[in-house]
Order: sequence, then C-alpha cells, then structure tokens
Amino acid sequence: MTVSPRAIAVAAPIAVGVLVLLAWQAACRLWHIPPYLMPAPTDIGASLAANGPALLHALRSTLAVTMAALAISVAGGVLSAFLLVQSRLIETSLMPYVIIMQVTPIVAIAPLIIILVKATMPALVVCATLIAIFPIISNTLQGLRSVDPGLESFFRMHKASRLQMLLRLRIPSALPMFMAGLRISSGLALVGAVVAEFVAGTGGSSAGLAYEILQSGFQMDIPRMFAALALITVAGLVLYGATAALQRLVLRRWQAQG
Amino acid sequence: MLAPAPTIHLQSVEKVFPNGVRGLAPLDLAVGQGELVSLIGPSGCGKSTLLKLIANLHQPSGGAVRWWGEDFSAIGREGRRLSFVFQDPTLMPWSNVATNVRLPLDLDGVPRAQAEARIMPALRQVGLEHAAKRYPAQLSGGMRMRVSIARALVTRPDLLLMDEPFGALDEFTRNRLDEDMARLCARDGLTTIFVTHSLYEAAFLSSRVIVMAADPGRIHAEYVIDPGMPRDEAFRMSDAFARICRDLTALLSEVSPHRAGEDGL
Repeated sequence: MTVSPRAIAVAAPIAVGVLVLLAWQAACRLWHIPPYLMPAPTDIGASLAANGPALLHALRSTLAVTMAALAISVAGGVLSAFLLVQSRLIETSLMPYVIIMQVTPIVAIAPLIIILVKATMPALVVCATLIAIFPIISNTLQGLRSVDPGLESFFRMHKASRLQMLLRLRIPSALPMFMAGLRISSGLALVGAVVAEFVAGTGGSSAGLAYEILQSGFQMDIPRMFAALALITVAGLVLYGATAALQRLVLRRWQAQG
Repeated sequence: MLAPAPTIHLQSVEKVFPNGVRGLAPLDLAVGQGELVSLIGPSGCGKSTLLKLIANLHQPSGGAVRWWGEDFSAIGREGRRLSFVFQDPTLMPWSNVATNVRLPLDLDGVPRAQAEARIMPALRQVGLEHAAKRYPAQLSGGMRMRVSIARALVTRPDLLLMDEPFGALDEFTRNRLDEDMARLCARDGLTTIFVTHSLYEAAFLSSRVIVMAADPGRIHAEYVIDPGMPRDEAFRMSDAFARICRDLTALLSEVSPHRAGEDGL
C-alpha cells in the first residue's frame, strides 16, 4: 500500500501532537504534578470549556487588533515599497529609518506609544503595525526590483508606458515576494498585538488574550493561562494557514505543474 | 533605379561602455532583405552588443545604425517591424501561453479581437497550438523557447533578431528548432540576425556567417553559404555541410583566444 505524500504531510504532525499530549497527560497524572505548576491537557480543556465566553471575547479583541494591524501593514507597506522603488535616492535616504524602526524592540517603545496615543485600541494597533509592516515593505520592495531584465527589455522595446510596465510587469513580478512577506507579517501582527496588550495591561471590555494571561498568572489560575495561550497558538496557526492558502491560490499559475 | 536600402546598415558603429571597456571597434555591416546572418565568435567579441545595437537596446558611442535607410523611428510604421528573441524565453510566468504570445500586440495597441485572431496562427508556426492555455511552468525548456519565438512572430516582423536563443537546450531539441527556424525564415523571406556560440548551428541556418574577434570586438571574416541549399536533415549529413563546418572551424581558430596552447589542458 502506498500513502500519498500529502496524507503524510497532514497525518505526521498530527500524530506527533497527539503523542506529545498523551505523554504530557500521562506525566502529569503519574507524578501527580499540581495544576498550578503544570496543568494536564485535560485541565486546560476543562478551563477552556468553563471560561469559554470570556476567553473567546478576549480572542475577538486580540484578533481585531491583529487584523487591523495587518490591514494597515499591507496598505502602508505596499505604498512605502512603491515610494522607495521610485528612485535610488529615496530608498537610500529612507531605508535606514525603516531598518531603525524594525530593529527597535517594540517592548521598549510600546509604553511611549501608549502614552502618546491616548485611546487603547489605536495604541495597540500602532504597536502591532510597527512589528508587522517591515516584511511587507522589504519583500514588496525586493519583488518590485526582481523584474526579469529580459522581460523588462522586451517591454521597453515595445515602448510600453509606465502604467503598462507597472500593471503588466512590476506588480505581477512582485506578487510572489509580497505573498511571502504577507505570510510572515500575519504571524508578526498577532505577536505584536499580544506584546502590545502585555505592555498596556489593558483590562475592561476590550481586554485581549494577553490580559487574560496576565490575570490568570496573578490569580494562579494556570490552566486558564494555558487555555488563553492555546487560543493564541490556534489563532496564529489559522492565520498562517489562511495566508498560505491565499498564497497558493494567488500563485497557482507560477507553480502550475503539468 | 536605386537599389533598395539594406534592411540593416551599420556605418562605422562602435561601442564604448561607461566603464571604459571598448565593446566594439568601428565596424560596417549591411544585411539585405531575406538574409539570415549569423554572428559567431569567442566570448566577449561583442556579438550580443552588436545585436542590441541593432535592436536599439544599446546606443552606439560612434557611427550610425540605419533601419531600412532611416533612423529607429522607421520601426513601428506599416511593414517595418522588429522582433527580438532573448537567450532566455523571458515569458511572464503568471500568464498562459496565449497571453504571453499576445503581449507585444497589447503593448503596440493592436485591438483585442484582432490580436486574439493572430495568436493561434503564431502558435501553429511553432507547433504549439495545443498548448495555448498552459502556463510556462507546465512547459519544457524547448517548448518555452518556442513560445518565445511565437511571441516574436506574432507581430509579423520584417526583421528578427535572435540572441543565442537555443544555447540552453539539448542538442536534439536545438537541431529540431534550427530546422523549424530555417523553414520559417525561408518561407516568409524573413530577414534574420542570429547570434550563436555554435558554428554547426551557424553553418546550418545561415546564408552568411560573420566571424567576430575579441579585444576589441570586430568583424574578422565573412563566410557566404549558398542560400539555395535546402536546410534539412539531409543537408546536415552532406559533404557540403561538413566542408562549411571545417571552413568555419578554421576561421574561428584564427580568432581563438586560446591559440598555441595558451590556457590549454
């Protein structure tokens, strides 16, 4: 019997996950580890069920920040890349600041942003955007520059207009790099949202999953902390999967196989 | 009556690159209607530079290039079309074969319906009418090159410039494409300038072979081949072909940078 590589690609990681969970469960039970040190997967499941509505509400808040940051990153990142690609002088003048923005740890500047931007939600979105925008800028920029020189000569030989060059050559050429950037950014937007929530420590009706984690820590409700963590992980996986699927859909012609 | 102006006329054309390297020493060359001229020579002899000057992709540092006796603005007017086939197929991976072939017509502003009607005949010329809906990633190297040739032919060019188009293909595919090219050019009376590294390819295709030398790039010799010879498998096997190859080998050895055992094994 032969198993398709695609089936293995799905089944193998699931099998590993199930084995790890079983081992984790067994270890907790065998050595009687108290839940406030290391909750068993079933404890986390029970906490997830018990605190479901509150956790899902927090998840919605975190995802709202994530999606807003991702949308702004895409729009701002693509626009910045188009601006930077216009001339070498613009790129040389501005690129160092783009890099400074990237290398400055968000945790260090988040308090400042939270002070400067009064409203909580926009402050969180600004923090998450600062983390997520860089891969979009750098990948789109590289993509816009990665035009096949022969194809560019062909367009020039046929006296193509700037608009034709942009729409029929530069944008499609940049698409694979842009999609790779989007995939990275989607994960970073979530990380950014959670980090910003941690720093802001925002409670109230717009409290996100990071606040849930902080609160659970203060209250020694470790299963609930793990439940919130599990939701962040699942959200990250779904985001990654969605952008990967989008990437496959958009680039299916590039990779079309006979 | 005056003789018609040659399709291409290079008058004391030279090329010095911005870094000071002299790509081409002043040279003269005239290519007449319906000729298939090959440029061969060692690396760095300026074959591709010469072709790009003719395609107006480079500007000469001195001298002048004339197209049908006029400047480059002659290109694009009725019956004055130029097509260029690159070393690589340079297809758009995001577009199917039909859209790739239609590209030059779109860029030249040919109405959509008219352009669509010209795709299939061009694909038929290269034997790819069944592949119109496929994407470049689904094609072999030889098929991609055929698409690139169809894209060059779809504009119905009067002058076809080819820069080592089959250099990356295996011998079998290359021979087959050479035979197709010879047939197409003969049938349509297409004026073709063909850069190649292969003297066998030059011998097979050309009505005239220009042997170039390097440092600086210049024309070393011209070798005329009777254009009346049918370019088919029988020609490749003939004594005449063997003699042409021998003569070209002798000419090439005169310009070889590795003469007298330099850099040899």
